Amino acid sequence: MTRTITREQHLELYYYMRLNRELEDRMVRLFRQNKIVGGLYSSLGQEATSVGTAYALDKRDWMAPMIRNIGALLVKGVPPRDIFTQHMARYTSPTLGKDGTSHFGNLDKLHIVSPISMLGDLIPVMTGVAMGARCLGHKVVAMTWIGDGGSSTGAFYEGLNFAAVQRAPLVLVIENNQWAYSTPVQRQVPVRDLADRAKAYGVESRIVDGTDVVAVHQTAKEAVEQCRAGKGPVVIEAKLMRMKGHAQHDPAEYVPKEMFEYWKARDPIARHEKHLTENKLWDAKKKAEIDARIEKLLDEEQAFAENSPFPPPELAEQGVYCEGCHQIRADWKRPVEEVMPPKASVKAAWNVEDFGGLDEAVAKQAADTASVLASSPSVIPRSVATRDLRGTGSGPQRFLGPQDGPRNDNKRKAATHAPKQKAKAPARVRGRK
Amino acid sequence: MAQVTFLEAIRQALFEEMERDPAVVCLGEDIGVYGGAFKVTQGLLERFGWERVIDTPISETAIIGAACGMSYTGLRPVAELQFIDFIACCFNQITNFVAKSHYRWGAPVPMVVRGPSGGGVHGGPFHSQNPEMYFTHTPGLKVVYPATPYDAKGLLKSAIRDNNPVLFFEHKFLYRRIKEEVPEGDYTVPLGKAVVRRKGRDLTIVTYAAMMHTSLEAANLLAQEGIEAEVVDLRTLLPLDKETILQSVKKTNKLLVVHEDTRTGGIAGEIAAIVCEGAFEDLDGPILRVTALDTPAPYAPSLEERFLPQAKDVVEKARELARY
Repeated sequence: MTRTITREQHLELYYYMRLNRELEDRMVRLFRQNKIVGGLYSSLGQEATSVGTAYALDKRDWMAPMIRNIGALLVKGVPPRDIFTQHMARYTSPTLGKDGTSHFGNLDKLHIVSPISMLGDLIPVMTGVAMGARCLGHKVVAMTWIGDGGSSTGAFYEGLNFAAVQRAPLVLVIENNQWAYSTPVQRQVPVRDLADRAKAYGVESRIVDGTDVVAVHQTAKEAVEQCRAGKGPVVIEAKLMRMKGHAQHDPAEYVPKEMFEYWKARDPIARHEKHLTENKLWDAKKKAEIDARIEKLLDEEQAFAENSPFPPPELAEQGVYCEGCHQIRADWKRPVEEVMPPKASVKAAWNVEDFGGLDEAVAKQAADTASVLASSPSVIPRSVATRDLRGTGSGPQRFLGPQDGPRNDNKRKAATHAPKQKAKAPARVRGRK
Repeated sequence: MAQVTFLEAIRQALFEEMERDPAVVCLGEDIGVYGGAFKVTQGLLERFGWERVIDTPISETAIIGAACGMSYTGLRPVAELQFIDFIACCFNQITNFVAKSHYRWGAPVPMVVRGPSGGGVHGGPFHSQNPEMYFTHTPGLKVVYPATPYDAKGLLKSAIRDNNPVLFFEHKFLYRRIKEEVPEGDYTVPLGKAVVRRKGRDLTIVTYAAMMHTSLEAANLLAQEGIEAEVVDLRTLLPLDKETILQSVKKTNKLLVVHEDTRTGGIAGEIAAIVCEGAFEDLDGPILRVTALDTPAPYAPSLEERFLPQAKDVVEKARELARY
């Protein structure tokens, strides 16, 4: 499905990517001046995915960023000052200095859930957000991100599996940036495409060139619409590269130079600039105008942060519990009677449509093979069963829960904008022994 | 007023809260069609439907994570862990995600995690544990461990209405063994308030959950010897009602702490420190404790009996303390 985006949207995608990069460049300078209190994590090279995916969300939608998703935060409406003040531990930051980096959220206005350092944990949480909002009658989508490294956690598995059985409107973006701290993806996962993992959950997945902001955006937009239509969840794997070390302290000497060079040629901002120029979507004047707007905004926002105080020490003791400081209110967008008795009342019984045995074709093949082998017909050679059960949804339908819709058939769609440089694959990195 | 079991009291609380507030939803393993491993949630699905009573995969991390996410949208989820021992599987979600949410970024998590805990039913090492202290050590959580049907119902209602994450431990030995008159209609028992179950002048026994009954049994035996023990039921471990503990110790001048949790790092140590800080000059004897052994919970009845504190152990320690 090809979807056109307007010139204005093309320019906005540029604006947010450039804002993302300029903001982080400034933070590197602040880090060197010892004005960043803790670690500083770069998303250099990942801007297209952060910005392109979040740009597919509506205001009403929910998201939970990871540490390298400053672009997504900016798109959702977080002002740059919040990023500065968070990193500088100022009292004016969204967490009042209680936490740093992108570890903050905004429940009521922006619908952003704060990440924590433990990877994968956001996936079950955002599954719950998606389920909760659906229960309340909100037509919203929840989006979160995970890295290649984080996709090996148990929370990833549990969260995605639960989202799948619940058909939760969740878009999970796997940012495959090739490195989990110092460990290459090949040493973490024995499959080339992390999107393949989605098959095991019965979840549709797509692969996209994570350095092509237009392709990323269009892929994400389709995923969001699919979820909004009740056909979620969807996994998107974006192939890209972390162009710096894990954090500022890490020079990333473990990354082969050629690998950096390969990806430097695919810099997402340079690519998008070229795209804009070639398609006559802007000119030098327009670019200068946008860049100047970013410069001015960041000057103001950085000054605000630098002039902000640190939190008063007594704040350390406050806010462990909500003691009436929040009003918690369920905002029902559907008739409440629907979830109250007698209307909600149901027969408590499972509707089991399939009893879980081998399907007939597989069983026949197994029996044939077994008779050839002159072994007991009840023995199914593992190779036969495995080969025939693997695949695309033609196998036995295990079970349909009472509120389940039709099953996904596990097909994976190619992204609208597939990577163009497919011929020359990135150098596969082998670990040294 | 009707006599109801500990288990029925909990079920009533869930029913009544779900009737009162459509934002209350339940999720957990086998809680819907099957009605829960102990049948605590039996009947909820029939009444409140699939969207508010959710059977989950065997995924404790997903259960807690999803409950947390639901609470961010304004719902008040009650997550059941089939046995509280499995709370170890979602330790990270509870201690890092849920507990720190309000402090870090001002997002309250109004959810309850409940499940059957404790020993005495020959459940072995993984179906008998008392993991409350891992969480009592975690700022941001509230930890409730009731001893009577009346309290179980009233405390669970308070927990569901609280704006903070509450861990609600249900001692499975008590589920069908104790009955009590519980008033019909709505009532709550406040979190963070202990109660004096038996008045006495000679020593204070601070305890909670199933050990409250063991301690009362011991106190009755002690009374036959002329030793009058005051029994304080903590009901909530976090926040801890320091006032009630100190008040009682200032009156009796002696303190014995009894808990079913293992000894090292159990709440007895914390209470001893609180009493030393707040009532040291009132003490006429050492602070003593009766606890489970510092071992995993063993399976064979003979081993489990040795592992768990018995009324006779409480009597013995109380006599020792009374001699000072």
